[in-house]
Amino acid sequence: MIMHIFRVFPQMEQVIVAMQDPDLGIKMKNQRLLITVIPHAMTGNDIVEWLMKKYSIMEEEALHVGDLLVRHGYIYPLKEPRNLVLRPDESPYRFQTPYFWSSQQWPASELDYAIYLTKKNIRKQGQLIDYEKENYNLLHKRINHTWDFVVMQAKEQLRASKQRRKADRIVLECQEQAYWLINRPPVECLTPRLSQRDRGKQSNTKCEHSSRMSLMHSDWSLAVTFPSSFIKYSEQYFSHDPMMHGCPPSNPWITDDITHWALNTNTVSTPTKLRVERWSFRFMELLSDPLGRLKFMEYLEKEFSAENLCFWEACEDIRHGENSRIPQKVQEVYKQFLAPGASKWVNVDSKTMEKTLEGLRRPNRFVMDDAQMHIYFLMKKDSYPRYLKSDLYKNLLVKAIAPQETKRSVFPFMRRHRHSSPNPALVAQALEEDGKAKRLGSPRITSPATSP
Amino acid sequence: MLFSPWCALEEQFIANVSSPASAARARRSGRVGLATASRSTSDPHPAEMATHELHPNDTLTTLKMESENLKAKLEEERAKLHDVELHQVAEKIEALGQFVMKTRRTLKGHGNKVLCMDWCKDKRRIVSSSQDGKVIVWDAFTTNKEHAVTMPCTWVMACAYAPSGCAVACGGLDNKCSVYPLSLDKNENLAAKKKSVAMHTNYLSACSFTNSDMQILTSSGDGTCALWDVESGQLLQSFHGHGADVLCLDLAPSETGNTFVSGGCDKKANVWDMRSGQCIQSFETHESDINSVRYYPSGDAFASGSDDATCRLYDLRADREVAIYSKESIIFGASSVDFSLSGRLLFGGYNDYTINVWDVLKGNRVSILFGHENRVSTLRVSPDGTAFCSGSWDHTLRIWA
Repeated sequence: MIMHIFRVFPQMEQVIVAMQDPDLGIKMKNQRLLITVIPHAMTGNDIVEWLMKKYSIMEEEALHVGDLLVRHGYIYPLKEPRNLVLRPDESPYRFQTPYFWSSQQWPASELDYAIYLTKKNIRKQGQLIDYEKENYNLLHKRINHTWDFVVMQAKEQLRASKQRRKADRIVLECQEQAYWLINRPPVECLTPRLSQRDRGKQSNTKCEHSSRMSLMHSDWSLAVTFPSSFIKYSEQYFSHDPMMHGCPPSNPWITDDITHWALNTNTVSTPTKLRVERWSFRFMELLSDPLGRLKFMEYLEKEFSAENLCFWEACEDIRHGENSRIPQKVQEVYKQFLAPGASKWVNVDSKTMEKTLEGLRRPNRFVMDDAQMHIYFLMKKDSYPRYLKSDLYKNLLVKAIAPQETKRSVFPFMRRHRHSSPNPALVAQALEEDGKAKRLGSPRITSPATSP
Repeated sequence: MLFSPWCALEEQFIANVSSPASAARARRSGRVGLATASRSTSDPHPAEMATHELHPNDTLTTLKMESENLKAKLEEERAKLHDVELHQVAEKIEALGQFVMKTRRTLKGHGNKVLCMDWCKDKRRIVSSSQDGKVIVWDAFTTNKEHAVTMPCTWVMACAYAPSGCAVACGGLDNKCSVYPLSLDKNENLAAKKKSVAMHTNYLSACSFTNSDMQILTSSGDGTCALWDVESGQLLQSFHGHGADVLCLDLAPSETGNTFVSGGCDKKANVWDMRSGQCIQSFETHESDINSVRYYPSGDAFASGSDDATCRLYDLRADREVAIYSKESIIFGASSVDFSLSGRLLFGGYNDYTINVWDVLKGNRVSILFGHENRVSTLRVSPDGTAFCSGSWDHTLRIWA
């Protein structure tokens, strides 16, 4: 999980290679840096424009992608080398030489880092920055035995670089500096980063994968043949989706007005139109809304078939309740709903009944599953469609509230006071204390979450 | 009640060509593609091969070859079905208009990378966990912190809010999942009432309560998922089948409520039956670790986000991948995904600090959201779909609407 960053290198390198393509890449020019002319450089603007064109993206995204490339060391700034940021202006940038790419298996050893710091120290006496000074001192202690070698190497490298043209020298110095800015070993433990070993292995396989991937995919994603069921579902719920269609009267997160939530609690006396409409979409919608389930129960009571829903609820309680109480609950359910002459007898077919009775000998969490499913589908096929055609439901629909979508407030900068709501844990605690006072010893059935 | 497309197609094959009469009937009813189209003079018809009786000369290798042949032909026919069926329909859908979403709240308070978050059923509270071991419960609407727990371990990679709103579960490098009942007594130390529920042999990557406060489903770096009874801490069911760390899971919103999907470092997404512990479906099309899985609201499909920088949609009834959400300019992996209420939008949090919003049906990217200053590690849409929350390594959580 933490190593994930390294798997991205081949993909980034693909982008870099495309950028340097002689025909389709960025047009390189000589860039001025104070009085020196650096060859093969480009401006921040060039980079952003190229990305925008190549990937058909907006400026903000192109800047973001380019910035990531700079931060990972593939492109470095010439003007403020320590500030690894992409500026969309005339600031000069250069591509980092592949030798210094972070994905190379090049171990950034202490020795190399020590040589680099020593060179810098010699060249610009006392101009090492704080963390560099710290590292230098730490290294000096740690690899003291090879310090002569370090100094010798540093001096030798400086001498060789003096013989190069000034432009080349500047470029090489910038490249090295950029490399160490990103790859310097951490201060506390100056050991070669273990990740380097893994990087090599992963980058090879990733290269294959990414090239295969880019062959397969075009610029847009592959929206393949799409089952119509998804289309129907999304269309049906379109006006119920606050992100697609707005939220009557307003989205609380945007306007700080909680009316929308207040209108949709579980204890509201008149539900909203959208909510009542949703109950007609599918049976599960009706059952999973506590208010919907309550209204449905009222209807079933009128039809003298409320025991079906009660049975279903009792079975849910077994399935999702505490393990220790299963045998007790199963016995109660049997007595209340399945035993001959039971007060709330439910009509289960003989085959299912047989199977259930067999399972009762060894009560487990799933023993009521078959019977529960039978009753569920009974309600779904019979009671539910009739409910939707009933006067009870039709009245709900007629009386339902349909709040208007409010326009944005005239003074948008006047922030509304954000009301807090009672913590569900507090509500539950209060109910429990209340219940304790009233309870006469009958078992407590856990109720579904009540929203404030 | 599982629909296995393989079985159905095979049955159709055999039924259609068991007699010339039924073949003619099939042609008339329009199911030509299956029965007669694949009939060629050179190779034997797959259905004939399927009803072929065993001969003494049949060796294991010839039978294997036959079965491979059958499989290939079935796949061909399956593909044909899909191509003819719905190719045009996706194009008829109206494209989405301009999409504007902004950060409406920024929750600051974590001292280190935010790794996970979950919504409370009251639509405004959330729980979040971070690398420094802190688990915080917020009222995201007012941005007030209501509870805070310090875990004894760092990297708390998983947290979940109980359906009742009375407890939270969390875990990570301690290999455990613990449940903390939320107390409103300011003087009470939440850690005192902690209940250790799950016990794995490697880090806990994800956890979720099932329909009640009494059961928890967990996934772990030890390659397994498990279902636990909260009260006793007893293991109710374990799920073996992933070949590497399991990174994520999601419970199905189906009527029968008995399945869940998990994604892992073995690039596989597996669908499990909670009763039997069996893996009933498996999908392996991603090219890297699957960091996040989430069911489509109807329960007929699920989306996944992976390190290969793509998100994909898998249709459970068709038993295949039906869409890939990717773009060349998106190079970094997706860490977390979730759907909007209608399932039309898919939100993906990525390791390049951005959130990409996809049109699930048409397959194009609708919007890109900037704001976080480090990788987005977790993303969930609120229970009523009014907003979504993103958590990031930049120590903050943001609510977008």
